[in-house]
Amino acid sequence: MIENRPWLTFLSHAVLILGIAVIAFPLYVTFVASTLTLDEIISVPMPLLPGSHLWENYHQVLTAGTEAGAGAPVGRMMFNSLIMALAIAIGKIAISIIASFAIVYFRFPLKNFFFWMIFITLMLPVEVRIIPTFKVVSDLHMVDTYVGLTLPLIASATATFLFRQFFLTVPDELAEAARIDGAGPLRFFWDVLLPLSKTSIAALFVIQFIYGWNQYLWPLLITTQESMYTAVIGIKRMITSGDALTEWHLVMATAMLAMLPPVAVVVLMQRWFVRGLVETEK
Amino acid sequence: MEKRVVFRSAWLPYALLAPQIAITVIFFFWPAGQAVWYSFQLQDAFGLKTQFVGLENFRALFADSHYLASFKITAFFSVLVAGCGISIALLLATMADRVVKGALAYKTLLIWPYAVAPAVAGVLWAFLFAPSIGVVSYVLRKNGVDWNWVLQGDQAMLLVVIASTWKQISYNFLFFLAGLQSIPRSLIEAAAIDGAGPSRRFWTIVFPMLSPTTFFLMVVNIVYAFFDTFGVIDATTQGGPAGATQILVYKAYYDGVKAADLGGSSAQSAILMLIVIALTVIQFRFVERKVQY
Repeated sequence: MIENRPWLTFLSHAVLILGIAVIAFPLYVTFVASTLTLDEIISVPMPLLPGSHLWENYHQVLTAGTEAGAGAPVGRMMFNSLIMALAIAIGKIAISIIASFAIVYFRFPLKNFFFWMIFITLMLPVEVRIIPTFKVVSDLHMVDTYVGLTLPLIASATATFLFRQFFLTVPDELAEAARIDGAGPLRFFWDVLLPLSKTSIAALFVIQFIYGWNQYLWPLLITTQESMYTAVIGIKRMITSGDALTEWHLVMATAMLAMLPPVAVVVLMQRWFVRGLVETEK
Repeated sequence: MEKRVVFRSAWLPYALLAPQIAITVIFFFWPAGQAVWYSFQLQDAFGLKTQFVGLENFRALFADSHYLASFKITAFFSVLVAGCGISIALLLATMADRVVKGALAYKTLLIWPYAVAPAVAGVLWAFLFAPSIGVVSYVLRKNGVDWNWVLQGDQAMLLVVIASTWKQISYNFLFFLAGLQSIPRSLIEAAAIDGAGPSRRFWTIVFPMLSPTTFFLMVVNIVYAFFDTFGVIDATTQGGPAGATQILVYKAYYDGVKAADLGGSSAQSAILMLIVIALTVIQFRFVERKVQY
């Protein structure tokens, strides 16, 4: 604080509270809708205070799904989303940490070629090459499998870059000392580099978990059976055309459930989240 | 940059790189190459025969008024999303940087929308603005606004812009807050001693010091609006009404998956790739220059 200006402090708080209220409003209405019956929602205007059907609605979507639209239980979809998010986060971290170890700590022919090969994937999001990628995956008979759902999304350079940047800041003396003590590269990686990378791994995990959980276009193409839907796809499939036909109370309960894990991760692991976000974009 | 100390092994580095290279080749280079290859091909209606047609697909694309309209829509949409998202986030971040009490609580309450999937964000806002049952539409109708985004193009555009911006504010906010906190206090104190008021200090010191962050966010937000908003659009307007919200990515998806026009869709993918590469190059050039004030 540079100087004391009470009206400006008041204004700051007012703007922030207003901003938070506007940003939270859709979430609040979603929560309210998920505790009402369909009749209460479609009687315009819908009540803006929570109703008494919270347990009923959540129990129904988790175990049975909706009647129109997607009929798979949301519990199953959440499980699929969890597998997808974990596989993408862990897979990306695992393959990229060893790849960046090779790039930083070894000198070998074609090193720059491989480096640029990975680098160029930074530029093309999955959305622009979606149809050919889908063809490749279906040629490999990976439609409706967890492998087909996750493996293509593991190919990304962000994590490799993050680890490369981090490894470059690790003092050379550590590698020297390890060599003098007779440790081979793998021993050095396991005993020295990996423990040092803990924070980077945690930060990256948070970002990639959210990325994996929120994937939309890819699971939309690659899942054809209801039992393979992820939670985000499930919501989309539950919305039938026409406002009145959609079982909004169940859609909103599903939306709350689909938002819960990534939001919880962001709020609870805020420190790593902020770090991961700022570092992956550098 | 190179390490002074390196390990030596004839096979280990290749083995360590193999998983990533394999996935990159199979799911990246192969499909991207095919996209480019298909874009020079014409497939018949049954997908039985393909024929090499050179640049015919591209020529047809640029002669297609729908495609050109989609270009305009995408430009309009991404400028709106980037502009609104950046200005709102800058306002909130400036305020959050000022307050001492409750700073962490404010921050936590502002960053959670980042974790919401674009498609879910679309569903939430579509529900609020649903023509017959939405809470906001009800208020709008009470005030004499003829609100129905299912039929009116500009309202549909407004809806997808709001939903996309809402989701991106927390991202911009975090970067602005980090940028603000890295500005040396002494500069601002010196200006205060010289008698500059808060708004003068903001426009002459803080805002110029933030310009690298602002520029970076502009590129990131445009890329976001180009590609990541696919979920928002598919969950709400599906490009409608009458193509009013059909951005380029959505059109490439629609033509390839729904209309089964492989050549045309691949040509669109190839053009999109060029756009992303151009944006990335712009971003890197400016990041290298670092400071532009």
